[in-house]
Amino acid sequence: MIAAVSATALAGANDATAQVQAPPVAAITSFRLCVNGQDHDLAALDPRSTLLDVLRDHLDLTGTKPGCQAGACGACTVLVGGRRVNSCLTLAAAVHGQEVTTVEGLAHDGTLHPMQAAFIEHDAFQCGYCTPGQILSAIACIREGNAGSDQDIREYMSGNLCRCGAYPNIVAAVKAVAATGNI
Amino acid sequence: MQPFTYHRAASLADALSRGAASDAAYLAGGTTLVDLMRMGVMRPASVIDINGLEELRGVRIDAEIFRFGALAPMAETAALPALRERAPALAQSLALAASPQLRNMATLGGNILQRTRCSYFRDVSVAECNKRNPGSGCAALDGVNRNHAVLGTSDACVATMPSDWAVALAAFDATVEVVGQRGMRRIPIASFHSAYADDPAVETTMAHGEIVTAITVPASAALRHSVYLKVRDRQSYAFALASAAVGLEMDGHNVRAARIALGGVASRPWRAEEAESALAGHPLTEATAEAASHLAFEGARPLSENGFKIPLGRRTLVEALMTLRGTAT
Repeated sequence: MIAAVSATALAGANDATAQVQAPPVAAITSFRLCVNGQDHDLAALDPRSTLLDVLRDHLDLTGTKPGCQAGACGACTVLVGGRRVNSCLTLAAAVHGQEVTTVEGLAHDGTLHPMQAAFIEHDAFQCGYCTPGQILSAIACIREGNAGSDQDIREYMSGNLCRCGAYPNIVAAVKAVAATGNI
Repeated sequence: MQPFTYHRAASLADALSRGAASDAAYLAGGTTLVDLMRMGVMRPASVIDINGLEELRGVRIDAEIFRFGALAPMAETAALPALRERAPALAQSLALAASPQLRNMATLGGNILQRTRCSYFRDVSVAECNKRNPGSGCAALDGVNRNHAVLGTSDACVATMPSDWAVALAAFDATVEVVGQRGMRRIPIASFHSAYADDPAVETTMAHGEIVTAITVPASAALRHSVYLKVRDRQSYAFALASAAVGLEMDGHNVRAARIALGGVASRPWRAEEAESALAGHPLTEATAEAASHLAFEGARPLSENGFKIPLGRRTLVEALMTLRGTAT
């Protein structure tokens, strides 16, 4: 069991409400999430928590990255019930009981997931910050059947921005994995 | 984010009873609500999660009518083969919107309720916004207004309605089904979004506490022979600078009936009926398309930075029409 983080911490430094003492919030007292095959129960969840907050601040799964916090960059992409979503715009309470896959859940027994291996092989990142989101998105892209051509890959990976500009190598990595059918 | 209580609605009746409170908001896909709550633009005291209401989820495609449950996700709907074949403009308007992640989250009902992307509306440190603070003024009128509307604006507000899906729905005479504590009613899409002239804070003709349950669109020859063309600053994952939902019912080389709605350029999904009438009974040529496009933008009012949207919008419409000529049967 992990206690909820404080309301003021969640409000964030840029939020006007952080300046005043936030009134108490009725905590959600029953919250369960299955992350990477493991059930997690939280004793108290601030209703304002996003899925991104819960993964990083409550479960210490910091592979999922906060970026724009507005659904514009895709750094926070995870799979919920197998579908890719922006965890920064997902209220945690709204995915109670569901299965979540993060980048920490991809490698098994020390062996990288084929998409992780392909990103290394094709040098598909520079700073690496967007990479966890890119990899989750890429896996979903192939499973959705949207990786049939370079053009499709570019279109269906457009929700993940890479400010280092590693796009050509990201497309190459996705294409290579799609060609193997091993996803 | 302002504190709120969270409640997962057990039934539609439960949702409506709790949603009647003046400070309550419904949560569907969350892509607008969570975003605007984080920025302090929307500050509900209670959030009613309606995602568990299975009866709002399905899409049904019959011979005569398309029926879209309000909670159907954009991505799943866009991929339906029957929709792509029989209503290409509807499917394309969904597929060209947002990103794959957002299309997995966002719903068909929430989409038509999405709020403007006007940066002054989205920034609570800006005092002047008649949408956020009625009576405070409009910072965009003389501010950064490149992305703003040229049709249907007023001195009170020049914000663009950002939805693609709502534009396609407007072209093909959709009906929005809403339910409230007093029962269900059907609102034609043409009167669903309010004009800005009176109060820009009032964006739809829904009453507070009502929920969109479904959207229906009648099948038609024009819808089967249709296209949604979207022009953006980048090739993918951006809001429209200009878009056109167009459908044509042909009679040989002549247009029997045209359906046209414009996006990215107007304060609400913009049906261009004069342009439709001008095309009816005439062959579709560059010249007739050009003439129709001028009618569509008659009365457009440019601001300091968005005058380009008038020629861009016209060309977008002409291009959409000509695309259909190429595929006319």
